[in-house]
Amino acid sequence: MENLKVRIWRGAEEGGFQEFEVPRQESQTVLDVVTYVQRKCDPTLAYRFACRVGVCGSCAMTVNGQSRWTCRTHVSKVAADNRLEIAPLRNLPVVKDLVTDMREFFDKWARARGRFTGSKTRKDEFERVSPESKERKRVDAGIECIGCGVCYSACDVVTWNKDYLGPAALNRAWTLVNDVRDTARAERLAAVAGDAGCHACHTHLNCTERCPKGLSPTAGIAGLKRAVLAATLSGEI
Amino acid sequence: MSRRSEVLLWGAQRISAMVLALCVVVHLVTMIYAVRSGLSAAEILGRTQGSVAWFAFYTLFVAAVAVHAPIGLRTIIGEMCNWRGRGLDVLTGIIGLSLAMWGMRAVFAVFGGGA
Repeated sequence: MENLKVRIWRGAEEGGFQEFEVPRQESQTVLDVVTYVQRKCDPTLAYRFACRVGVCGSCAMTVNGQSRWTCRTHVSKVAADNRLEIAPLRNLPVVKDLVTDMREFFDKWARARGRFTGSKTRKDEFERVSPESKERKRVDAGIECIGCGVCYSACDVVTWNKDYLGPAALNRAWTLVNDVRDTARAERLAAVAGDAGCHACHTHLNCTERCPKGLSPTAGIAGLKRAVLAATLSGEI
Repeated sequence: MSRRSEVLLWGAQRISAMVLALCVVVHLVTMIYAVRSGLSAAEILGRTQGSVAWFAFYTLFVAAVAVHAPIGLRTIIGEMCNWRGRGLDVLTGIIGLSLAMWGMRAVFAVFGGGA
């Protein structure tokens, strides 16, 4: 097999691409390539990963111009001509090389009221939620988010409007709006309304196209838009 | 602008988009019919002037444009020029009023008065 020609971003906000040659292997993932470079070529290369099996959501990067999770992206899928360009995620400050500062991404989950607020205690009975209910099905459609930041990186509205909460935070809010046990619906709808919230989404569908878990934040955001308008007209918020 | 106003603007733009979708189709079909039938400008004006139904239809069309376009422009300018706030609200308000004024001027010219 031919060697891969790999260009990797080095530096922080200012920096440039450095080229490496990496042996091509069968079933090789992009994360394997980055790991090879760090272990065999340049131990100062900074990148982030943990589980390597698509659960933790920490290894997302920009691969040949598109945001992807690297641990489950096979080289054969993205490097037809044996060339890879690997950069940090877009729309987030770069700490070093391939590592981004995820604080604003997760701070926006908090701003979108992404925390469950219940009314029961451990002494109460379990709430019974039918898996067939409309609300539970909506929750199921969005609940598998692993917080990788791929959707946030792929979203042009985040690029244009730095205050925009982004697809992941709004998807989280939508799952909680549909959680029948949650008691902070009105506050959450108010938190995600307006120019920096769900109404800023242009339905480009980049987030839905790129989500490695196959979720559709766009659908959740559309649901939030309707729910917020209804709550505004009814005086709930 | 308050959160409530932002949400209501979004709602107004969606509803005006629905109205526009219908109006544009009716308008295009009418234009194609008029052109293909070889009607002269005088013949078209003869049919349109004094028509209450067409006056009402195009007044609705102009209202939908005057609502829809400025809200969209406000968003585009905000994102592309990073300019938000009261100044932008005033500018887009003026654009909306101008569209309404020019549109209604045309509506009165074509449908107002009697034959």
